[in-house]
Amino acid sequence: MAKTTRRMTMTGAAALAAGLIRPAMAQDGAVKIGVIYPLSGNSATAGNYSKMALEVGADVVNNGNADLAKLIPLAKGGGLPGLKNAKIQLVFADNQGTPAAGQNQALRLITEEKVAALIGAYQSGVTLTASAIAERHGIPFVNGESVAANLTERGFKWFFRVTPVALDFARAYSDFLKVQKAAGRKTDNIALVHENTEYGNSVGSVIVDQFKKDGFAVGTKIAYSANSSDVQPQVLQLKEKNPDVLIFISYTSDAILYTKTMKELNWKPGIMIADNAGFNDPAFVKSLGSQVEGLINRSAFSAGKAGSVPDLFNKIYTKKTGGDELDDVSVRGLQAFMVLADALNRAGSTEPAKIQAALKATDLPASQMVAGYDGVKFDDKGQNVKAASVVTQMRGGKYVTIAPKERATAEVILPYKGW
Amino acid sequence: MSLTLVQVIVSGLLLGAVYALFSSGLTLIWGMMNVVNFAHGEFVMLGMYSAVMVWTALGLGPFAAAPIAAMAIATLGVASYFLLVRHIMRGPMLAQILGTFGLALFLRYAAFWYFGANFKTLPDTLVGGSFSLLGIRFEGARVLAGVMGLAITLLLHVVLTRTAIGSRMLAVSEDATAAQLMGIRPQRMQALAWAMAGASTGIAGALIANFFYTSPTVGETLAIIAFVTVSFGGFGSVLGALVAGLIIGVVESLSAFYIGPVYKDVVVYVLFVLVLWFRPQGLMGKT
Repeated sequence: MAKTTRRMTMTGAAALAAGLIRPAMAQDGAVKIGVIYPLSGNSATAGNYSKMALEVGADVVNNGNADLAKLIPLAKGGGLPGLKNAKIQLVFADNQGTPAAGQNQALRLITEEKVAALIGAYQSGVTLTASAIAERHGIPFVNGESVAANLTERGFKWFFRVTPVALDFARAYSDFLKVQKAAGRKTDNIALVHENTEYGNSVGSVIVDQFKKDGFAVGTKIAYSANSSDVQPQVLQLKEKNPDVLIFISYTSDAILYTKTMKELNWKPGIMIADNAGFNDPAFVKSLGSQVEGLINRSAFSAGKAGSVPDLFNKIYTKKTGGDELDDVSVRGLQAFMVLADALNRAGSTEPAKIQAALKATDLPASQMVAGYDGVKFDDKGQNVKAASVVTQMRGGKYVTIAPKERATAEVILPYKGW
Repeated sequence: MSLTLVQVIVSGLLLGAVYALFSSGLTLIWGMMNVVNFAHGEFVMLGMYSAVMVWTALGLGPFAAAPIAAMAIATLGVASYFLLVRHIMRGPMLAQILGTFGLALFLRYAAFWYFGANFKTLPDTLVGGSFSLLGIRFEGARVLAGVMGLAITLLLHVVLTRTAIGSRMLAVSEDATAAQLMGIRPQRMQALAWAMAGASTGIAGALIANFFYTSPTVGETLAIIAFVTVSFGGFGSVLGALVAGLIIGVVESLSAFYIGPVYKDVVVYVLFVLVLWFRPQGLMGKT
């Protein structure tokens, strides 16, 4: 997959050099959607899986899928019927995991590639800068996975967020702990360890606030930088404080180091919660899943019954990746793409204002969701009010759904076992 | 002294020895030819991938991986010297910097293309897991890397200062023309320096891979530490890199534990600036 990435970048650079600037509608009548993801850098795994998920989405819209067509109108193939059967062309750009690169790529996609709309950009900090460029140019920006609260608090008119946000997760964790407390588990001493960019800081503070409201006190709060080469001091600090509940908000490289270091220093809490991201990275789950048995997590993906939308998409995706299933990050990217495709179809135009109006009028039912949401409907700030997430637990190298009750496929087992 | 404090210091010392291990190759190249190898982090990264490949293909641990990685990266070092460095050394300083920087980008993205972006990790059982000694926790892989770090930096130091071949290498670094008049072939000595640097860097990578994650961009994270260690200890001084590595490791651990992990770099860099203020040549560098 990295091969394609490089080639895409090269082609992009070559096109730029030759001055081949195309309008939003390419000559063959395809609609261009700009996609900004971390295709290199420390979150490249997540970015590349999301890229494949979006390619699956575009393929379903452009070429159709017989089974999905019964459940989703746009899966009949032949492109977007509302837009003269225009096919969708994805233009990928690498944000390298940095806000500056994300900003530059957004600008390039808008001014050089002339994309009709943007999707991206995984890291909250990068989405923050990239979407600001889209706002300035009046181009719709659909975000699938960045959860920092402030993204929808900027009064933006062109920003739409499909994913559940930090507050939703904080409530899910708090509800989970309430149940555990009622069952007699110790939850008095809570520690929060978070990476210190937009994502970790904002989700961390939302959790602390929500917990305070619900009567849980976060006694220890440790911030660290995600590119740390060593996390032993943090784990030693935790070992000394010995909290009952430990919550991680981490990206992949640090998730790996924490997992390894906790085992090295032989310390674990009674309940360990990880807020998605690094601990959900397929590369992490595959190699270190067995070292975090019993870890509590959240997810937007639950494969559900055979023949359901998530199940069918998952099958196509698994074939494409050669065995890796849809996961929390890739499914949210895919859902964002489907939302944008639906809006483009209803807009019947590549004019930004019409796409924006169509996005505002979005009302997708739960039955068409590939992610585990109750539907998609945006409020005035551009936040999807029907977003939801499930609580999962790591069991035998795989995450299973344990809450809410109506979606659970297994009972929770505690205390945290680890390795 | 509390047990936790001892643990923090022990962890820091082991970390520092590892820093010294992967910095020694960088300082060797500088000392020999006044060239900063900006692709050093990528050399470490490829050493790490060697270990990952030895594990996935042969199922063998670091004792097989280290020599294989040493040979692989030594070959890469010699190839880089003959194909690139030898030529850019004739150019201006800027060409040298951009030349090895270009090599770094080339290697990094070649790794993306060949290995993919996914993070790889090795099982901790390869080096006997972890154990307790007098209440202090030790991780086998870190102890091995730390001990090898000490051994290799000392060995390089002895070779450079106590052997005939070392004297010849130093002669070339001091005055290549004069050395040539004495019957020493500068290119051969410089290629040897790249081979030695490559070998130690390859071993470093193969040992670090056992307790770290491996990815195409891991070189960036490690290279910064290597540059700080080397300029702290004095460019060109292998022993300096060892002392600097140990100081940085302990200072990082203590400040991360007592002040907070986000501030540890501040403490390290303030110390770094102070050292350069009073000793611009680094702790043990030549003036």
